[in-house]
Amino acid sequence: MTFKILAAAALATVALTATAHARDQIRIVGSSTVYPFATAVAEQFGKTSGFKTPVVESTGTGGGLKLFCAGADENSPDITNASRRIKQSEIDACAANGVKDVSEIVIGYDGIVIAKAKSGKPLALSREQIFKAIAKTIPQGGKLVANPYKKWSDIDPALPKDDIVVFGPASNHGTRDALVELVMDEACDKFPEIKALSGDSKKVACEAVREDGAFVEVSENYTVTLQKLTALPYAVGILSYSYLDQNGDKIQGATVDGQAATYENIAVSKYPLSRPLFFYVKKGHVGVIPGVKEYIAEFTSDKAWGKDGYLSAKGLIASPDAQRKEEAAKSKELPNVKL
Amino acid sequence: MTEMVDQVRVSATAEKVNARLQRRYAVEKRFRFYGIASIVVALSFLAILLFSIISQGHTAFMQAEMRLSVTFDPSVIDPDGGRQKAVLSSADYTALVRNALLARFPEAEDRLARREMIALISQGADLELRKMVMGDPSLIGTTRDVWLPAAASVDQLRKGHMSRDADKGGQFTQRQLGWIDALESSGNLSSRFNKWLFTSGDSRQPELAGLWGAVVGSFYSLLVTVTLSFPLGVATAIYLEEFSTRNRWTDLIEVNINNLAAVPSIVFGLLGLEIFLNVFNLPRSAPLVGGLALTLVSLPTIIIASRVALKAVPPWIREAALGLGASRLQMVMHHVLPLAMPGILTGTIIGMARAVGESAPLLMIGMVAFIVDVPASPLDPSTALPVQIYLWAASPERAFVERTSAAIIVLLCFLAVMNATAIFLRKKFERRW
Repeated sequence: MTFKILAAAALATVALTATAHARDQIRIVGSSTVYPFATAVAEQFGKTSGFKTPVVESTGTGGGLKLFCAGADENSPDITNASRRIKQSEIDACAANGVKDVSEIVIGYDGIVIAKAKSGKPLALSREQIFKAIAKTIPQGGKLVANPYKKWSDIDPALPKDDIVVFGPASNHGTRDALVELVMDEACDKFPEIKALSGDSKKVACEAVREDGAFVEVSENYTVTLQKLTALPYAVGILSYSYLDQNGDKIQGATVDGQAATYENIAVSKYPLSRPLFFYVKKGHVGVIPGVKEYIAEFTSDKAWGKDGYLSAKGLIASPDAQRKEEAAKSKELPNVKL
Repeated sequence: MTEMVDQVRVSATAEKVNARLQRRYAVEKRFRFYGIASIVVALSFLAILLFSIISQGHTAFMQAEMRLSVTFDPSVIDPDGGRQKAVLSSADYTALVRNALLARFPEAEDRLARREMIALISQGADLELRKMVMGDPSLIGTTRDVWLPAAASVDQLRKGHMSRDADKGGQFTQRQLGWIDALESSGNLSSRFNKWLFTSGDSRQPELAGLWGAVVGSFYSLLVTVTLSFPLGVATAIYLEEFSTRNRWTDLIEVNINNLAAVPSIVFGLLGLEIFLNVFNLPRSAPLVGGLALTLVSLPTIIIASRVALKAVPPWIREAALGLGASRLQMVMHHVLPLAMPGILTGTIIGMARAVGESAPLLMIGMVAFIVDVPASPLDPSTALPVQIYLWAASPERAFVERTSAAIIVLLCFLAVMNATAIFLRKKFERRW
């Protein structure tokens, strides 16, 4: 008897709440690299606009796009942040679930930093050397062999005699995609042995990272990497620039192809490992969920993403003036994304 | 002759017995030593954990604040003089902060110097002023000494977490350091109790970030959990223990309940995502859904503890009640359940303590998110304490390191209070037979 009443009460609670009111708060998901910036904008927006502060979830770029594309109804997120561009397969998945109109905004740039503890020996690397340190197979004597390098000095005698230990992003990170695209794909074209390959075997040769313990995948946030670096002065970590920006007393960035990982170098793309950051808007929710348009306006205002904006204080690297202008214009029209 | 042989034999046996006895003593001694050693190891781990958390976290309870003499200029706050709420709430309080800083440091004239000056004070200082004016509009037109939060970097510098030297990662210019020293020596910059930590929701500005949103979220989740899992758990336990006849079905249920207690909590999170969000369409990130998922986590614990408590009530209580003509339900409700209640409550509180420290199930249902507003109902988006710890740990800003530890201290205090209540209830109401 008691049981019946309780069960009925529980069901009633669930049924009542299922008819909950329409959403009056923006929901944002996506990349953990963009998360510090999106949350800063969300907070500022909530303070000044009179709308509720948006809820921002850090799900990773891939996870965010999956949630974003899951449906067009109100329960799905309005905006997803990404540290890489959306893929055609993702656009198709979106369309299959009724999310036909998706718009893209480039919010700025991020540098991928090859970092080391401040107490460690400074590194000056080329992309080829990074490839040699982390790739699974290395071309040697005309064929691919398992990566034989144990110490940095094995790659180049000028590098320190330290064991190669690299803490890098696991494949769920957008940073990993950028690492593959900006470092490994670039570097492997320099080896004739790999260049001769094609299709899947080339992809594997270019993109597979070593699994013998020298490359440690970090699937959580970068704080883990940061702690490892400070504990092991010889270890190297692959991080997003904002962590170097905020922890300049603990870690140092290696120079890549002779360029230091500084704000200025990344902003003008002199530093080779820089990538754009994005967010994607579900156009069907603009005007339905209150505040989406105003949130985008806040994000694309110069006081947020400009050179002296509050996002640059958080480590976001502002896009060049012309691009910012173009993107701001786009943010008003919200055209569909085209790859 | 035979006596001597006997004596020799006896002493030989005694020697053997003695030797064996020595060995047995030695084994026992060793066993005791192992026991003590393992306790020492466990305790020292606990001590290291507590030491590292407290030594890192205790500084977060104090925070640098700056005393400024703020003029509540009517021409800035309320140019029409209408004192309307909407006007007062949307006024430019940042201008008041800037003017007060300029009055303090008139030497900051060019744009760069002003920017450096503004960087010393928290971006949320204007909100403090707004709160003051909204609470007491008669402040407009007066000049008051107000303590406002300093920027987190100033706080970190004073706590010695940041170097003054720009080469070693310091973020201040010589000019800024000069201002900080001037404020410090005139007593206008000092550490005060960090009230934001306990009164506000999350923020990207470390100096304004607080746990209150997470505490309220945890509270709502627990409320949902306890209202569902306590009656369900106790009813299940009573039925299985007092009413059901043992057959294959009840055996099956029993095995399954015991198995559920060992299921990793992330599985319940996935279940919550599928059922509560996708089928019932409940709102994402809501403590209601978190509470439902945590109900699943804590139910097995409560059922098992309640059954043990019911079993511990001696059978003659039941027999006496039935013998005097009570029905089974009367027997349970009037006699068995009250006697088992202390044990049931202890089990429930331990189940709740597990639920409050759980973060994995909340991950799947969207409670791991940046949420500024303090939830007003179990349907509003919210985080929970363990989730807030995870979020702060992931933040790049240095000042969140000590706040992460401070949040852990708060969570540990919660758990300690809950467990202490469980022990108290047990000690106070426990009956021994």
